[in-house]
Amino acid sequence: MGEIALSAKKLNVYYGEKHAVHDVSLDFAEKEVTALIGPSGCGKSTFLRSLNRMNDLIPSCRVTGEIRIGDRDINEGNTDVVALRKNIGMVWQRPNPFHKSIYENIAFGPRYHGIKNKKQLNDIVEESLRKAAIWEETKDRLHKSALALSGGQQQRLCIARAIAVKPEVILMDEPASALDPISTSKIEELISELKQDYSIVIVTHNMHQAARVSNKTAFFLNGHVVEYDKTEVIFTNPSEQRTNDYITGRFG
Amino acid sequence: MKKSNDREVATPHLAEEWVGKVYTFICILFLIITIFSMVYFVASKGLSTFLVNGVNVKDLLTGLKWKPDGEPPMFGALPFIFGSFSTSILAAIIAAPLGFCAAVFMIELSPKIGRTFMQPVIELLAGIPSVVYGFVGLSVVVPLFRDIFPGQGVGIAAGALVLAFMILPTITTIATDALASLPAGLKEGSYALGATRWQTIYRIVLPTTLPAQMTGIVLGIARAFGEALAVQMVIGNAPHIPHSLFQSASTLTSAITLSMGNTAMGSVQNNALWSLALILMMMTFVFVFIIRWLEGRKKL
Repeated sequence: MGEIALSAKKLNVYYGEKHAVHDVSLDFAEKEVTALIGPSGCGKSTFLRSLNRMNDLIPSCRVTGEIRIGDRDINEGNTDVVALRKNIGMVWQRPNPFHKSIYENIAFGPRYHGIKNKKQLNDIVEESLRKAAIWEETKDRLHKSALALSGGQQQRLCIARAIAVKPEVILMDEPASALDPISTSKIEELISELKQDYSIVIVTHNMHQAARVSNKTAFFLNGHVVEYDKTEVIFTNPSEQRTNDYITGRFG
Repeated sequence: MKKSNDREVATPHLAEEWVGKVYTFICILFLIITIFSMVYFVASKGLSTFLVNGVNVKDLLTGLKWKPDGEPPMFGALPFIFGSFSTSILAAIIAAPLGFCAAVFMIELSPKIGRTFMQPVIELLAGIPSVVYGFVGLSVVVPLFRDIFPGQGVGIAAGALVLAFMILPTITTIATDALASLPAGLKEGSYALGATRWQTIYRIVLPTTLPAQMTGIVLGIARAFGEALAVQMVIGNAPHIPHSLFQSASTLTSAITLSMGNTAMGSVQNNALWSLALILMMMTFVFVFIIRWLEGRKKL
């Protein structure tokens, strides 16, 4: 196992009175894919959203515990959330391209962070689209609206958009669950390629997907992590009965 | 599909449906007849200035002198047209940023205060009769302008300011709806790239909701364009194009309301006022078309 990219220690998340995530401690290794699986409402998406402090946007939400990058705790009050989110990209279940051209969608993040040079922006746009395996489909229509792309293309565009600000970690919240099977397999291929450069944490309902793309898997149930291990161990020889029941489809 | 023995049960429903259809049709027919007869009435009256009294259309639209009782009478409505456009567009320029910022505060910054406090206040603002706006304008805005700027205080600036407050609820309400209907994913997407709140509002929220914002602004202009009473009270009612914003001027609506009672039905003076009404009505149609066009664009 390589370096630790990101680690959560005793993380608790509350929505008002509801205790959504209980004492979760997980380490995410650098340049690996970690899958979070579990039934709906088990807290895995909530946990994911705490990792780049997206839960700050929900007024009733309260997070305690530590999330460490290197030797820093990002839950501390003085954290630069802008820099943090630049470092930890995110991709959602539903593709959410901005109502702008393909080029502007990608150039958007870098512009925020002060890159104005046209040539430099062009390079970033091309590089990001290439990495997200969507360059060939979009290179002739960079200045057309991103909303004209198909759902699968939009999702790869969103991944390219996340890559464009050069993050180290990419969080993916069920990135393929709104897509057709062919687009899904493209996204999965893409994830396998991206892990050479990025650490990826992916929430998925699709256990085959977790088995295919991830190095490690954490099984969530009712806000607790039941089991966290290498993916092949989780899927072939889990140590917990509840994990076994879930992956064999007995509940969830 | 229903089985055949259900038919008896279904018949009364058919009758009900028929009654409903006829009733709604009568209502819509009534509306259509009203609208068409109004258009016909205004048009026939307004056009008879040109057809019966022989006033030149071009003279009316571009003439600078309005002297219906003069010898010969002159019907140049350009000062009114200018007054109507300048007050309503200026009002929109004042009200649009205010409305947008108020909407941003209510939706993005403080939804709690927005819902419990500002929303009712804005609804209240929309319900205040225009004569009250005019009265406040006359007793607050006009003296203020008289103290600060040269002139009597009345004029396009005072009219525009009063109108701006009158159309603020319209613009704010539509801007609020537009912001509220923005897909949450877009904002999150921007935040997740490291954008600050201000950058997100400026780069994502504003451009994405722009067509809807424009609809609100045009609706506001349309309302300002048609407003008579409040403007009439503060604009000074001098039938010429003023040299400054603080000089007495006139609008189409104020010209009509001021003179309507003093002219005899069927006279050229009366018909000329109808021509002004016709111009107002045509402009309203233009605004409606602009709004429809903007609505179409909103879907992208």
